[in-house]
Amino acid sequence: MTGRLERRPEVSAAALALASLAAVAMTLLVGTVLVLWAGAPVAATYAALFAGGFGSVFAWTETLTRAVPLMFTGLAAAVAFRARLYNIGAEGQLYAGAMAAVALGGLHGGEPLGPPWLLWPAMLLAAALAGALLLLGPAWLKAQAGVDEVVTTLLLNFIVLLGVSALLDGPMKDPTAMGWPQSVALAGELELSRLIEGARLHSGLLLALLLAVALWLLITYTVPGFDIRASGANPRAARFAGVPAGRTLVLVACLSGALAGVGGAVEVAGRTGYVTMDMSPGYGYTGIVIAMLAGQHPLAVVLAAVFVAGVLVGADAMSRVVGVPTYIAEVMVATALIAVLVATLAAQYRWRVDPAGQA
Amino acid sequence: MTGPVLRLQGICKRFGTLQANADISLELGAGEVLALLGENGAGKSTLVSILFGHYEADAGRIEVFGRPLPPGQPRAALAAGIGMVHQHSTLADNLSVLDNVMLGTEPWWRPWSAREGARRRLLDTARRFGLPVQPDARVAGLSVGERQRVEILKALVRGARILILDEPTAVLTPQEGEALFATLSQMVAQGLSIIFISHKLEEVLRVSHRVAVLRAGVLVASAPAREVTLAQLALWMVGREVRMPARAPARARGELVARLSRACAGQSRAQLREADLELHAGEIVAIAGVSGNGQSTLAGLLGGTLACVRGEALFLGLPLTRPIAALVADGLARIPEDRHGTGVIGDLPLWENAVAERLRSPAFSRRAGGVRWVRREAARAYARELVEAFDVRGAGLESPVRALSGGNMQKLILGRALRAPDARVPRLVVAHQPTWGLDIGAVAHVQQQLIGARDAGAAVLLISDDLDEVLTLGDRVAVMHEGRVSPAMAPERWTRESLGLAMAGSAVAVAA
Repeated sequence: MTGRLERRPEVSAAALALASLAAVAMTLLVGTVLVLWAGAPVAATYAALFAGGFGSVFAWTETLTRAVPLMFTGLAAAVAFRARLYNIGAEGQLYAGAMAAVALGGLHGGEPLGPPWLLWPAMLLAAALAGALLLLGPAWLKAQAGVDEVVTTLLLNFIVLLGVSALLDGPMKDPTAMGWPQSVALAGELELSRLIEGARLHSGLLLALLLAVALWLLITYTVPGFDIRASGANPRAARFAGVPAGRTLVLVACLSGALAGVGGAVEVAGRTGYVTMDMSPGYGYTGIVIAMLAGQHPLAVVLAAVFVAGVLVGADAMSRVVGVPTYIAEVMVATALIAVLVATLAAQYRWRVDPAGQA
Repeated sequence: MTGPVLRLQGICKRFGTLQANADISLELGAGEVLALLGENGAGKSTLVSILFGHYEADAGRIEVFGRPLPPGQPRAALAAGIGMVHQHSTLADNLSVLDNVMLGTEPWWRPWSAREGARRRLLDTARRFGLPVQPDARVAGLSVGERQRVEILKALVRGARILILDEPTAVLTPQEGEALFATLSQMVAQGLSIIFISHKLEEVLRVSHRVAVLRAGVLVASAPAREVTLAQLALWMVGREVRMPARAPARARGELVARLSRACAGQSRAQLREADLELHAGEIVAIAGVSGNGQSTLAGLLGGTLACVRGEALFLGLPLTRPIAALVADGLARIPEDRHGTGVIGDLPLWENAVAERLRSPAFSRRAGGVRWVRREAARAYARELVEAFDVRGAGLESPVRALSGGNMQKLILGRALRAPDARVPRLVVAHQPTWGLDIGAVAHVQQQLIGARDAGAAVLLISDDLDEVLTLGDRVAVMHEGRVSPAMAPERWTRESLGLAMAGSAVAVAA
């Protein structure tokens, strides 16, 4: 009995939906094995996970709060990957944005630099610029000399983090922090408003949703959006059709870097109020997972970010209630990614069995 | 003759709803050349793949030298003495000829390599069949004809008694083709049998003893070569009469549309060197040549995707380095060589591909809020119009364009190039291998469109390695060799021989 894989000319929505369900089932299965291995009751563990992530209004606010930076980095990865610019540097760009926001919006000798109506947009702009500049370098090297952007953006993360560390212990160190390496605080009036009384959820969520919709409109309905999709899908044919390759690369680098940078600023203005070295538990890298889960679709990024944030937040509750390690949640997120990638690939192909032997 | 060396009986193969081979029975005698003819998609490749063990037949049996061949095992086919020479070189460029011939013949567990024995076998075989080679030459430095020779030797050294040649002349000059035919007759004289796959009817009649024609998976005819005529073969292949467009005599040439003067561009083998070429309205200038002699660079230069390093390339008096959107708006129509790789963006829907070149024009996008927004309804309407006018079948407007077959994809590319949304006639058509790999019906359609564009007043540059196409369609014909373009002359002043010599780099042709 032999057979072979062949690509389906068109993939039906039903097949994709089925693939997603299969991926979820696979993820739960792997999670179950791990939970059993940890010696915990499966049903109670999943119940705790779900309750912690989505079970109450408070759980939802925590999940959404965690989802906000993931939306920004997820969008950053999605737009870049669409154009086949593999930006692995969202982590560094996020920190650069956060630092730029504090540099402009922080307390300078105890006083803000200017009125909040001017400072607030300037702060976001500075964060966007910082992130974009950080990605323009690798993009330029890629265009000019064919330097692999995966390497350059990844390595830039370490450079940026060391730079941030130096600044937090140096010029931007908060003198009132009793020796802790943390930056000066953001001016109080620049902080984002709370969406729900008594919860940490802030209006950065609205900005993230707005940008997701804007990015979706740009990619789907405009000429630059076509350029982005075309350069990603077939760079040679795109150039033949007159897509300006260099300009598109610059645009994508600016968009992607800026989204991650603004994500950093929003995290500071909405949640922490100042920058520390542990401000991001790898939001930049998780953003890549989210973009892949979402199939690089901006609106799906929002959903994927909420899903991943829910699992991560729920995992904390789970480990408290039934005493299994939180790492199970991270394994589940990783499994979900692999399962979704395999399932969507499988939906694009079919296995054709050759009837064996003579008829 | 002592019975057939190869016997196929009732071979059937189905892919989904497509019956690729339906009950095909064939015999091949010792010392016989069997030509396997058919359009693209007729089932030739499937049949050969089954024979060579790449596919397993749904039904039927194969006997080689009287013994059944186990299905689906390339190794068994090799061991039984079946050798295959593919159309495109499957040699490793960075290895020597000897290395290539030895590749895969040595058991992995043997710690040393029997190079000397292999070298002797290679030289013996080369002498026996009159195929001179240098065992230590690197394949990268060989010409296409020499590479093919190595491929044939590779099969012979492994003891092939039945040789399958897949479109062997497609990449050769006429003279190299002659040399190949001489080799074939030597091999046949020594008792080898050959299956010769082709769609060039003349050469099929010349070299083969027997002709088998496939159409839509069915063996429609099998006859001795001397009993059939060209017209008969064409009819068998297509199943209906196809009228190939005949070139109406060129009318008076119009004004100068595009011009290269001492233009140099590109790199290494694909370089264009000091090319001079003038293209006038109302004429087809056809460029012959073995592919890889700078044609891609010429097409890129005139298609606006490459810039001159030195010299000048002008279209309507302006440099061809302007943005492609502007060139297309001014009437530049381009049909690229590689439909899948350059012509379309396979994952994007058909309608977006239809407007890809003209997306920046006001017809298909408008500026609002600092961004150009695609006028999707206008774009879809235009795409719908193209699909109808050029009879593009096989996928809807929203389907990814890679769902189209090669012929339909080419119709779409042709349509979007030749039919501007404002119905203006193109000024310059740059067509690079526009009929490559298409079936006869589609070839006739494409050629008819090119002639139509010329008659409507366009200057047409046709780059092709099909000599018949060049001589039939060209009002003036030039030859490219190693990046140089010969002067363009009326086709009557060329013969197939002089064209062949010019393609191989001899300068005699220019004197005519």
